[in-house]
Amino acid sequence: MADKGMVTRQDTSLAREGVRVPDTYVRPAVDIYETEENLTLVADLPGVAKEDLDINLERGILTIRGGVKGGAPGKALFREFTLGEYFRQFQLPDEIDADKTSAELKKGVLTLTLAKSAAAKPRRIEIKH
Amino acid sequence: MARWDLFREMDMLRREVDEAFRSFGMGQLLGPAFIPGIGTGDYPRINLSEDNDAFYVEALVPGLEPQDIELSVMQGTLTLSGERKEGATNQRTWHRRERGTGKFLRTIELPAAVDSEKVGAEYRNGVLAITLPKAEAMKPKKISVRAN
Repeated sequence: MADKGMVTRQDTSLAREGVRVPDTYVRPAVDIYETEENLTLVADLPGVAKEDLDINLERGILTIRGGVKGGAPGKALFREFTLGEYFRQFQLPDEIDADKTSAELKKGVLTLTLAKSAAAKPRRIEIKH
Repeated sequence: MARWDLFREMDMLRREVDEAFRSFGMGQLLGPAFIPGIGTGDYPRINLSEDNDAFYVEALVPGLEPQDIELSVMQGTLTLSGERKEGATNQRTWHRRERGTGKFLRTIELPAAVDSEKVGAEYRNGVLAITLPKAEAMKPKKISVRAN
């Protein structure tokens, strides 16, 4: 899409993604950023209700699936989108503590906070005299 | 009635041609659902449909507060504008950054006159659904024929 002619830094820890049949799934746009404590993923999933969202973390693979119900009444005159199902998969780095994961879906945006395991957090080491 | 607008017409045609070449599914969402930014004019993504009573516009605007969306109807043109604000970006290492932030503005010329007093909008799960009732004069009238 937008990275034509741009050199993007390949980030090996998170770059491996599963790709599904492109014309049956919508690939949601995501932001992924890291702080000292967490790895946070934010995904745009307009049209997805809480009960139709499925987040699965298994053997280091994070799968996000979201179904969309409904749509406008009447006869279509002009369409720019058809929302069926969102799908995207990520290979997560090993330093994730899977038990401490929190997800929040608000206004069509999913915020997934993944805690880093203790080993992955930076530690300041005091120097004793 | 709507003015004849050469540029709009060309734009529609260009879009249709683009769609025909790019996608096989009708109106399949290609690329991200929402990238705000003045000047693109392509966001938010919309669908327009109608029945006898009204036009319906659906727009994808995830992550906005409903009060941050400006809606106005003037002379048969619907204008959608607003801004998706950026959260705090302190001390972060970005791995991916695909969701845009910023202002957006989009105008949609409606095919027929609407009753702007009765326009309603609802925001649910990041999708804005706007109902624009047609002006009385635009609604189809059934005329019964009496047999002598």
